[in-house]
Amino acid sequence: MMTLKVNGQDHQIDADPDTPLLYVLREDLKLNAAKFGCGLGQCGACTVIVDGKAVLSCVTPLLLLEGKKVTTLEGLGTVETPAPIQRAFIEEQAAQCGYCISGMVMRAQALLQRNSKPTDAEIRAELQLNLCRCGTHMRILRAVHRASHLMQTADASPVQRSTP
Amino acid sequence: MASPRIIGGIVAVAVIAGAIAAFAVVWRPVLAAIDPPQPSSFDSALVRRGRDLAAIGNCNNCHTVRGGKDFAGGLPVPTPFGTIYSSNITPDAETGIGRWSEAAFRRAMQSGVDRDGQHLYPTFPYDHFTHVSDDDDRALYAYLMTRQPVHASARENDLAFPFNQRIAVAGWKLLFLRHGTYQSDSTKSAEWNRGAYLVEGLAHCGACHTPRNALGAEKTQASFAGGDVDNWHAYAINSQSSAPVPWDTDALFRYLRQGWHPDHGVARGPMAEVVSNLSEVPESDIRAIATYMASVFGAPSEQRKRRGEEVLAQASSGPAQPANGGTTTGAQIYAAACATCHATDRAPPFGGINLALSTALTSPDARNAANIVLSGIRPTQGERSPIMPGFADSMTDGQIAAVLDYLRARFGNQPPWTNTADIVRDIRRTQTVLLQRDQP
Repeated sequence: MMTLKVNGQDHQIDADPDTPLLYVLREDLKLNAAKFGCGLGQCGACTVIVDGKAVLSCVTPLLLLEGKKVTTLEGLGTVETPAPIQRAFIEEQAAQCGYCISGMVMRAQALLQRNSKPTDAEIRAELQLNLCRCGTHMRILRAVHRASHLMQTADASPVQRSTP
Repeated sequence: MASPRIIGGIVAVAVIAGAIAAFAVVWRPVLAAIDPPQPSSFDSALVRRGRDLAAIGNCNNCHTVRGGKDFAGGLPVPTPFGTIYSSNITPDAETGIGRWSEAAFRRAMQSGVDRDGQHLYPTFPYDHFTHVSDDDDRALYAYLMTRQPVHASARENDLAFPFNQRIAVAGWKLLFLRHGTYQSDSTKSAEWNRGAYLVEGLAHCGACHTPRNALGAEKTQASFAGGDVDNWHAYAINSQSSAPVPWDTDALFRYLRQGWHPDHGVARGPMAEVVSNLSEVPESDIRAIATYMASVFGAPSEQRKRRGEEVLAQASSGPAQPANGGTTTGAQIYAAACATCHATDRAPPFGGINLALSTALTSPDARNAANIVLSGIRPTQGERSPIMPGFADSMTDGQIAAVLDYLRARFGNQPPWTNTADIVRDIRRTQTVLLQRDQP
């Protein structure tokens, strides 16, 4: 039994210490934003934030998380009040199939937390580890820039979307 | 009894002779500046050959900042004497070598002197390049003079006295620079000789793989016994190699050509750029390098051979499952974070190598293993290579040290490393620099 802090809440987890965080998030806590892509730390779909850093939850066992704070996409915002990074991804329509997007958002969020105004090159270098097979890379890049702008103007008002 | 006048005369003659000798050692003439030659004035076949030679010489590794303009210089090279910044070797007239004649370029390669007659620091490995033939220097010159000129001034070196005095370099050369192009050995095959010419000359393998003395020169009596570069250990590539499976010509060829070998793993650290360059040069040259290097490694002892066969048999008999009852932190981390790739029956590059085959774990130096666990394995730009995630952001130094100590004990077949946590901490500090250099 161990205590795992996820999105500000303590959870009592009954699992082997070598269980990957991803399995605990999805199966025990029913937090399904982080996706199982490859299970090998190669695709980034399972990215979450641990103590401010983007971490691949599929290759991060529980025993490494003692006393640490885990943030998943669910911890950033809600459908009604999305976080600036989520809003930016929606406004740029940066998802195609969407499978990689949770991981992209989390890694981008970790980047913006330590570097509020990243350059194009810095965003590319950071997101290099996350794969998208639909090819929405240019939109993702724009979304991260937009999020950076939103965070600086503290403009987190609800999303304005025109009807398609 | 000699009169003071005669003694005075002898002293004066000695001083003058000494001054002339010192002058001869130190002074080098300025070579005339030329107008930058038109790229079209070079034969395209020569340029093409120069391109292959530049790749073998790994010129871009030091003369190009990651993500910067090709050959524009500016890469900081840390040395025990301070930091030296690589120079701009594009044909820019003001800041590059645009005004260098071929003779000036050849002089730099053969004796480490720039066009102005200044001594260059031996970070530029002219102790190897002096062995390059005039024909090959001509091809390299043709290649470099047909690159895109980039206006970029060299950064001032950051060296302490007396190393910031270029005169000191003249003394260094007197001690350590042995001039002369490669002399072939008639008792060996043409392929072996070609390999020796490349390895000892342009490819300058010993610059990293041979340990250096207090004055920064290669210890010639310890050729290829292993050295240091950028906080990585350049493995011993002679009879002292700690590779679990002894290297042979075919394995060396495949490794140098494709950047990894199923029985040895992936070339990383500063070697990643080397194999990336070698993937594009004529296959016959890689074959020659492999042939020569196999003879430098020498035939393995019976004991090493047997051990290699055992390790291979064990690796091919099945995945290295986490040991039963592994309850230490290191064993648990291996089971959860490493085994999904390193203990499967997927062969590299789709799975990780069986760690019993890893030289990083049998090496006396823990730094390479620490580097790889911290930053993972990333392909260099445009390269096809296996990928491994880094664990710098998910593990503490103590946790990484625990997993390294476990791996060393489980797979290394060698006495434990000491102070692993300190090594990890140190690598984490320098790795930040490496990651910054990786930014495009």
